[in-house]
Amino acid sequence: MLAMDYRGPRRVRAAQKPMPEIKHPQDAIVRVTRACICGSDLHLYNGNVPDTRVGTTFGHEFTGIVEEVGPEVTKVKVGDHVLVPFNVACGECHFCKQGMFGNCHESNTQASAVGGIFGYSHTAGGYNGGQAEYARVPYANVGPTVIPAGMDPDDAVLLTDVVPTGYQAAEMAGIQPGDTVVVFGAGPIGIMAARCAWLFGAGRVIVIDQVDYRLEFARNYAKCEAYNFNEMADPVVFIKKTTDFMGADVCIDAVGAEASGNAMQTITGRKLLLQAGSATAIHWAVNSVKKGGVVSIVGVYGPTDNLVPIGNVLNKGLTIRANQTSVKRLLPRLIEHVQNGIINPKALITHRIPLEEVADGYRIFSDKLDSCIKTVLISPSAKI
Amino acid sequence: MENTAKDPGLLPGWGIDADPKNDPTYPMRHRMNVGQDPDSKHRPTLQLVDEEVLKSIERQNVSAVFGTPLPPHGLSGAIRRWAFKYSESVYPHWLPLLLADRVDMVEGVLADLVHGHVPNIFAERGAKMDWKYNRSGFIAKLATVSLLTAGAIVLLSSKDEKKPSKKHRRCQA
Ligand SMILES: [Zn+2]
Ligand SMILES: [Zn+2]
Repeated sequence: MLAMDYRGPRRVRAAQKPMPEIKHPQDAIVRVTRACICGSDLHLYNGNVPDTRVGTTFGHEFTGIVEEVGPEVTKVKVGDHVLVPFNVACGECHFCKQGMFGNCHESNTQASAVGGIFGYSHTAGGYNGGQAEYARVPYANVGPTVIPAGMDPDDAVLLTDVVPTGYQAAEMAGIQPGDTVVVFGAGPIGIMAARCAWLFGAGRVIVIDQVDYRLEFARNYAKCEAYNFNEMADPVVFIKKTTDFMGADVCIDAVGAEASGNAMQTITGRKLLLQAGSATAIHWAVNSVKKGGVVSIVGVYGPTDNLVPIGNVLNKGLTIRANQTSVKRLLPRLIEHVQNGIINPKALITHRIPLEEVADGYRIFSDKLDSCIKTVLISPSAKI
Repeated sequence: MENTAKDPGLLPGWGIDADPKNDPTYPMRHRMNVGQDPDSKHRPTLQLVDEEVLKSIERQNVSAVFGTPLPPHGLSGAIRRWAFKYSESVYPHWLPLLLADRVDMVEGVLADLVHGHVPNIFAERGAKMDWKYNRSGFIAKLATVSLLTAGAIVLLSSKDEKKPSKKHRRCQA
């Protein structure tokens, strides 16, 4: 079968690979119909995630048709068109039982800090991802969810990560009606977090980024304010001024390790890899939020250390909440929102690229070429 | 489009999930300690461990399922095995893993060549897209690389030429 094949930093190709096999009685094999490239794939693409083995297939956002199931699979059957949450979760461990499907204890041997994630290095369990014609989906009774009749697969594929992650960012922020919410990052997740902040009753939503076409997209899509940090002397002072010098009620970091905007963070975090990525967005979030406020982090960082102004967290009495998204926990509510037209996920998709041209897809998405917001890869066997 | 204040109440779905009790929220809200979990030791059916899986020393066991592809191999594999002697809490775990990734990349090129495949790095980098959508950037990068290469050649060749002249000067002195 054809699959994305990682060869080293910023080198990927489409290659022939063996078909995935059932390895566990709760496995399913799906024929992939849609697979997205995600902002967090860029940490892998740039070679910044330890234990990203050459030959890995990325892709943690995908939908597919069930082709084969193991003997213990009862919740999905051959022929079902399913969306596959990015977390590999058993549904039975101590953490899954608390709804922490992003923190499953039975899906990752290589690291105890993170649960299994499809196509996200051996540090996240060593699973091949969905940027392929076929994929192995473990714990098929838990994650894969049948796409409701009438739902566009383009909407469904964004329910595997982007929509729930944006929503959980707003949820973890504990937004109360009338709150001023600042979202750092106008990528798909940041745009979705801004959209979802309104659902929790935000009174004002501000997005900060440096890419003008994305800021414009955020204004249109999320009906929020959006500002370019390159046009302000200091984004922290800008937010203080615009909130009567109180600070935002909540700040959301939807950027993660690839952040720009602070030379020292960029050099030590992204160029020299002395930190687990550039922590500029957390830094701004901590310093822009009001005393007693909440910082919600969904941007992805590496497993080592970051330069974060923790003294200000203490002095300001902040609450920091962060987690990998518990996709399955949120799906019932979010499917409702999509079906009722409250959230329109597929509007984020700007590029549809054949799997054969995966290298071009990564380059476009990574370098923000051609006004790209979200890229979906279509496999030659998708047929939908 | 200008930044203008909106009446949030007019936005579709505004406040639909507002909940005064949404604080503390996930993941705090429904927490349960191990003592409250009657069945905290329960495990799903175990996947057969039929190839080498590196295990974090912060874990008791191999997880009930695990990814299968790409068991450690060659020099990169040896480095990875060494890294897994250390916990996730220390650099001797993570830095060797990053090093192993770079070694693995070289091993990947060698494996390609052994199989008679010369990797098309230009295509693998999607450089055509840079040409298509970012032509000025592409040309600037190309010019920089050419300039640096030309500079290096000039520097190296001029060193060769200078050697005898230096000698000559020294002789004169
Ligand atoms: Zn993603
Ligand atoms: Zn679990």
